[in-house]
Amino acid sequence: MTPGIIAQHAPALIIALPLFAAFATPLIGRYSRQARDAWIFAAMAATAAIAAVLAYQVYTVGTVVYAFGAAAPHIPLPIDSGGIPIRIIFTVDAMSAFMVVTAAISGFAVTLYSLISESKLTGRDGFYALLLLLITGILGMVCTGDLFNFFVFLELNSIAGAALIAYRNDKGVAIEAGLKYAFLCTIGGLFVIFATALLYGQYNALNIAMLASRIEFTMLDKVALVLLLAALAMKAGAVPLHFWTPDAYSMAPGSITALLVVASQAGLYGVFRVVFTLYSVTLDYFAVGWIIIVLGVLSMFIGVTMALVQKDVKRLMAYHAVSQTGYMLLGVGVGLAVLGQQGLMDAYGLVAMEGGIFHIINHAMYKGLLFLTAGAIFYRTGTRNLNRLGGLGHSMKWTMIFFIIGALAIAGIPPFNGFASKLMIYESVFLFNPLLAIIAMVVSILMLASFVKVFQSIFMGPRLPEYADVKEAPLPMLIGMGILAVVTVAFGLAPAWVVDQFVAPAAAALVNQSGYIASVLGGL
Amino acid sequence: MDILSTLDTGHGIWNPVVWLLAAGIAAVIAYLIWAYGESGYKRGTEQTKPFLSGNAEPEKGDVHVRGSHLYWGFTEALKGYFDRIVPLHTGVLNDYTLWFLGTTALILVMVGLI
Repeated sequence: MTPGIIAQHAPALIIALPLFAAFATPLIGRYSRQARDAWIFAAMAATAAIAAVLAYQVYTVGTVVYAFGAAAPHIPLPIDSGGIPIRIIFTVDAMSAFMVVTAAISGFAVTLYSLISESKLTGRDGFYALLLLLITGILGMVCTGDLFNFFVFLELNSIAGAALIAYRNDKGVAIEAGLKYAFLCTIGGLFVIFATALLYGQYNALNIAMLASRIEFTMLDKVALVLLLAALAMKAGAVPLHFWTPDAYSMAPGSITALLVVASQAGLYGVFRVVFTLYSVTLDYFAVGWIIIVLGVLSMFIGVTMALVQKDVKRLMAYHAVSQTGYMLLGVGVGLAVLGQQGLMDAYGLVAMEGGIFHIINHAMYKGLLFLTAGAIFYRTGTRNLNRLGGLGHSMKWTMIFFIIGALAIAGIPPFNGFASKLMIYESVFLFNPLLAIIAMVVSILMLASFVKVFQSIFMGPRLPEYADVKEAPLPMLIGMGILAVVTVAFGLAPAWVVDQFVAPAAAALVNQSGYIASVLGGL
Repeated sequence: MDILSTLDTGHGIWNPVVWLLAAGIAAVIAYLIWAYGESGYKRGTEQTKPFLSGNAEPEKGDVHVRGSHLYWGFTEALKGYFDRIVPLHTGVLNDYTLWFLGTTALILVMVGLI
């Protein structure tokens, strides 16, 4: 396969490759464990490479449209189509490419890490197959331009995620967590398919661009909007739809939790895609923007305060993930609230959106890193209980360093990446409503306080007798953590470059509904 | 674009390189102050052992401040808040589902009124 063909079919390959690799994994695993591990690593590396190719195309050329099964896949509307996009069409704009890059970096680091973290356990064929299916679901959700297809990938994301949460059966608790996640995601999935049916019934279309060009904001459209918003906000873990997150994040294996963060962010992407692209000009920006802002503020505050009282390090981090989602909702919600007013949009709306979007990738990196460090600690000590841990800084120095990087980044301490995105959110949101910015800053302080507690509890103090034999995490796990740590530091040192190259185009794509529609329907 | 250029946040700027330079200068000043300090410290001698008013040093595991002991005052001061917010997280799937459906209904009312 020549590079040109790979580039041309990158939107299809980015799904086909991990999907094929997932189903081939158990087969290869029957013959050789080493070959299976090499296969998984190669498949994820190739997926990440294709993600890079696709993102490069989008950022240099513009939105990539791909019609599955068409003789000329880059032409979504052939002459004989009657102007109806009947095929499954992927529409990868800068926002989608941004999410693809986020998922690819996390997916690669997590795969590398899990090859060792799971090495002592049984059932790895199924585990890795589900891992690759989860990555497929995430990538599909952020690439597709078809609402029904979005539902299919959402289901793939949810089912693979639930299975992985329950995979390591810890006295039934993990199964309970997986069941809760599966149940809520099933209701969410039903909401999404019902909303899709409502829109299809009215507009005879499933393609998002086609729907966006026809939507009128009828009462049924409002019902569909609410169902989509609620389902995807639940998937993103926004308060008060967040209850599954501490259960699921704490019981899933460490590597999977890091990827579940990205899976949730695919839900967040869905929220943004629905309000900005699918509905956009028909919306009351201010009202819907404030709904998202309220969800964001509740998530920030309740997430961090609940984290402060946790004793299980992964439950604590799960509540932090909820809190961080609040920042993204706040930033993008403010952008939505002023979307119709160009003066306010130029003054702070776009910066707020850029801050929120920048926070997505930052969060995926440092929160993924923190979950991997928690997984490494569990791998070596067998406990996540903060009351039992201590003194590990003597024996797990690299893990401690990675933890410090992640903790400082999530708390918004300079010069790490979390500071840059939070600064953009603080300053822009302050101009919109100073109280919201003050809440965001207080939450950051509580975040730092919370991670000081975790750091003290796990790493500080004398070497405890029960952990006298504990060694540093194995090298591949350290490399997995190292990849995310390097990105965390690099994005912190070059925030202007990241914003200019990746974030600003993503925000611009999100607000450009007519551009999205034109990329598929050709300038209607 | 210069990879280390300044981030414009709309009403402010942020350049981590400048911050690192300032932090480096502060570190040098701190080091110089430290270098002028007492130099009689000897690692591994009697002077590095903890002084506990003549009492015997407890076991290592007993002197580590465990997770639950941190922020006791903070959580106690906000007892009224935590007494309400923590019990909401029941761990019961029925409750989770009710919150999900209730929130959906609330958003439906809000969007319906627009």
